[in-house]
Amino acid sequence: MGDFEPRIIAFLCHWCTYTGADLAGTTRQQYPPNIRIIHLMCSGAVDSIYILKALIDGADGVLIGGCHPGDCHYQTGNYKARRRVAILKGILKELGFGEDRIWLRWISASEGKLFADTVTKMVEELKKMGPNPMRRLWNA
Amino acid sequence: MGRQAILRVSEGRREEALKILLRRFLEKGVVEAILIPKRLPSGEGVVQSLIRDPAMMDGISLLSPTMPVQSARVASYLSIKNLSKRVALVLKACEIRAIVELSKFLQVKLDSLFLIGVDCPGTFEVSDYAKMVEKGKDGFEEVIRGMEKGEEKPPEGFSFRKACEICEYPVTQGDLWIQLYGYASEREIGLEIGERLEREMKEKGLELEEAEGSKQRGEVLRQVIERRSRKRDETFQEFRAKVKDLGAFLDLFSTCVRCHNCMVACPICYCKECVFRTAVFEHEGDQFLRWADRKGAIRMPTDTLIFHLIRMSHMVTSCIGCGLCESACPSRLPVAILFRTVGEKIQKLFDYVPGRDVNEPPPVATFKEEELKIESGAI
Repeated sequence: MGDFEPRIIAFLCHWCTYTGADLAGTTRQQYPPNIRIIHLMCSGAVDSIYILKALIDGADGVLIGGCHPGDCHYQTGNYKARRRVAILKGILKELGFGEDRIWLRWISASEGKLFADTVTKMVEELKKMGPNPMRRLWNA
Repeated sequence: MGRQAILRVSEGRREEALKILLRRFLEKGVVEAILIPKRLPSGEGVVQSLIRDPAMMDGISLLSPTMPVQSARVASYLSIKNLSKRVALVLKACEIRAIVELSKFLQVKLDSLFLIGVDCPGTFEVSDYAKMVEKGKDGFEEVIRGMEKGEEKPPEGFSFRKACEICEYPVTQGDLWIQLYGYASEREIGLEIGERLEREMKEKGLELEEAEGSKQRGEVLRQVIERRSRKRDETFQEFRAKVKDLGAFLDLFSTCVRCHNCMVACPICYCKECVFRTAVFEHEGDQFLRWADRKGAIRMPTDTLIFHLIRMSHMVTSCIGCGLCESACPSRLPVAILFRTVGEKIQKLFDYVPGRDVNEPPPVATFKEEELKIESGAI
């Protein structure tokens, strides 16, 4: 299991976290290359279907990045995302699978370092968890 | 709450007494139509019917413990576009609670509707009900009679639908409530009339005899609710013990034939175009092969697990537990129990009780600034 490299699908909002990820790059922050970023306009645009599809298809983790509470470019999108993610994680927790593979984090456009740290930490945690069992599950 | 009245019943003919009462609503013009369960000519089935002609009130069967469709859907069809006339709907508690939820999603307009509820002892599957009738048994006479003391039992060889056995809402609020629990209903039936309907009735010269309600009703209801809540908790516990992980969940749902009947029967699933019926799930041929390539093989048709989980994540906060999803399932999967078990946790997270109050916004449509912190682990 030592050489397991988790794959993370990230849904990042345009105004904060995506720009934060950009800043991480331009300021030469180092972070593991385990992340595949999908650029959305708002974390509130992330339907639970995107998250589950990624997990069922075998992604080891899903990161949703949005503006800090109160900072949403569309006023309240991140608050709605927060409830949606809490509902989905609550469901998965109740059924006993996968909820800790989903992370919602607030990272602003100026927090390049926080973005790099978050990805680093998430990769660490996922390595501890091991590969997503759904990756090999044909009968879902 | 509303005013209490009593409806006298002669010779144990409850439906007759209720018919006369409700027919007067039509005759006096309190409402211009009534949606009410009515026996089909075959006798084996009871369906909702929209009655305009008072003479068609013959054969109504509003106490029949069966529920072929969730009338919240009917309320939606009726009220959502240009309903100018007043309509009374005779419903079970879960139908009213579903209507409350649908009205929050702007799928029912309550303005012209009067909701008439009936104490619910639980319902039988449509096929069981037909069998009971076929056997020449008014098996449910015993059920209704048992409600006086809260000891309603299904006729031998039959059982209430599982969702009903664990339903802690035999009663909810309505413009008129027909009370059976705590009453010797072969002689009298309690009525609780809300202000809005009472005003309308007074205007049309229809008044009910005010009377004190049954003294034992409160206690009887408390016992019924306690009994069902206990059963509910046991059921949740059993389900949780069974579904511990992904493997167990997949095993339990392995006989799902992906017919989507649960979604069609669900009163809360109101989307005109469900995402599962859009091009989003019409994948390209090569895409299936890529998935099969990655996993070695894939179950066909695809997207069974995701269907249940997504449907749940979209509507579980508003699930009122009518259980028609389970009744509609050809594989008899415990869909209702799944939704109620998971729903309990999720609804508690937002201190939300679906169907409680039309003015309470549904969790998915609102938020609080101070909640669900990252440290809480909820996100």
